[in-house]
Amino acid sequence: MTSLASEFAIRTEGLTKRFGSQLAVNGVDLRVPSGAVFGFLGPNGSGKTTTIRLLLGLASATSGEIELLGRRMPDDLAAVLPEVGALVEGPGFYPYLSGAANLYRLDAADGHATSVTRSARVQTALERVGLSHAAGKKVKAYSLGMKQRLGIANALLIPRRLLVLDEPTNGLDPQGTREVRSLIRLLAGEGTTIFVSSHLLAEIEQICTDAAVMSVGRLVAQGTLSELRGVGGARVRLESPDRNAAITVFTRFGMTVAEPGPDGTELLASFGTLEPAPDTVVAALVEAHVRVFSFTVERPSLEQRFVDLTGEGFDVAQ
Amino acid sequence: MSRSDMSALPDAVFRSRPALGLPLLVSEISVLFRRRRTWAMLASLALIPVLIALAVRLTSSRPPSGRGPAFLDQVSQNGLFVSFVGLLVSVPLFLPLTVGVVAGDTIAGEASAGTLRYLLIAPAGRTRLLIVKYLATAVFCVAATLAVAIAGALIGVALFPIGPVTLLSGDSIAVGDSIVRSLLIAAYITVSLLGLSAIGLFISTMTDVPVGAMATTIVLSVVSQVLDSLPQLDWLHPWLFSHYWLGFADLLRQPISWDSFGSNALLQSGYIVVFGALAFGRFTTKDILS
Repeated sequence: MTSLASEFAIRTEGLTKRFGSQLAVNGVDLRVPSGAVFGFLGPNGSGKTTTIRLLLGLASATSGEIELLGRRMPDDLAAVLPEVGALVEGPGFYPYLSGAANLYRLDAADGHATSVTRSARVQTALERVGLSHAAGKKVKAYSLGMKQRLGIANALLIPRRLLVLDEPTNGLDPQGTREVRSLIRLLAGEGTTIFVSSHLLAEIEQICTDAAVMSVGRLVAQGTLSELRGVGGARVRLESPDRNAAITVFTRFGMTVAEPGPDGTELLASFGTLEPAPDTVVAALVEAHVRVFSFTVERPSLEQRFVDLTGEGFDVAQ
Repeated sequence: MSRSDMSALPDAVFRSRPALGLPLLVSEISVLFRRRRTWAMLASLALIPVLIALAVRLTSSRPPSGRGPAFLDQVSQNGLFVSFVGLLVSVPLFLPLTVGVVAGDTIAGEASAGTLRYLLIAPAGRTRLLIVKYLATAVFCVAATLAVAIAGALIGVALFPIGPVTLLSGDSIAVGDSIVRSLLIAAYITVSLLGLSAIGLFISTMTDVPVGAMATTIVLSVVSQVLDSLPQLDWLHPWLFSHYWLGFADLLRQPISWDSFGSNALLQSGYIVVFGALAFGRFTTKDILS
């Protein structure tokens, strides 16, 4: 248990949640390394938020095990949650209270948070998300982006070992999104493990070290970002009139040639298990008298991987 | 203070030994009384004795004895009776109405505002939150009853003569003693409302729609009183939470008869235990999906 505590901030084993006949979360084995910025990806309705609710003890799992910071959930909930800051499915605040009063309220709800430094901590948290000027304003007058920032401020009232942020940039303008990204980097730099769920891939690609992809309640991929990108393998796009000679060369490097381009001058070849250096491939092509008009090594973007894993289009898989 | 400064600080700056929940209770009560809705309800309750007093003051003829609410005929003789009449009139509907709103809102209101999940991951603790919610509702019961009693006393003093109060037993008590009796009646009515509060708390754990929980609680208080008035259901009457609601006249005898106070307190504690347990069972196992 103790060794796991240092290794994984979040670990689940066969985590399953059933609503009636529908499996919202289906046998999920999450491994979130301590200190990682972990992107939790998946289209809408893939079970991300339900998983987060299970992790935080808001809902109980139908089966499976959860370990947060090396302790079992929900058994050790009272000991674990003070070390976890969270933003779950958008911010939730009392509209008739000011931003600061809302934070006071939620801080008072944590029996471990000391009241002595409460006002200083509330002030600091508001400053960090750039809401000091609106601290006294009632939340009903806040914009969606301001509420989102207030939600993040709530997660930062106490230094946490783990932050769980569900769609943290939802409703934020581009500047706000950038600020949240830099805030996440800053917090990660201090050693906080950050678990960010998002359906915006660009966001994940920019800040995360690790990621997992959910689809229809299942975890379909998990690993470091480069591992995830690499699974699909890189491929070469070659433009040349000497088709057959090029295919011979590619085959020699263990590459498989996919469909030719529409005009017959374009070739797509994917690397096998060995990835030869591109310059050696080009040199070999030239040696074989293949006229190279253009040669590009393409790596699948995370977006391509994401679509490969979760399917395309708006149809939410059932 | 930047975050890096914060990290360098000892843990004691942020965390202390877990408190019993007193800060949460204080926060709960302060949130309750910072809502405009709470003050609107208290003001409406305070308006009831004021309207009664004005009606009596503005009609020249003394209301005939035996018609209208009990003690109404005494009001013009002695302003201290305004409180009694106000409470008597408020018990069947107005007080249950406001208590139903507050009790029905306890959990469902937090769920619909989206604050419930944040309280629970703070972590407030489900049992602790439930207890704090109930205690805050009880505080509202006290405030609601006192709003009627105090507004009644003030308007009574302002509009009518004050003097020794003639009790139901025919004895007379001094002004000071009558204030004590008023407070006793307020206590009696507060206790009367505690069972309904527990029912409201339980209903509130079953839904994310606060209005639904409020309406159900209020309807139940009316149903209980209707059942209590059907002689065919005699056997059921002592078990209805509203059965002793109007029994506080016993406190206006000399010497005070504590029988109905005791029976009422026992009945209400029964309701608190049963519906408290149901609320506990429901809330501690509920999936919070709001």
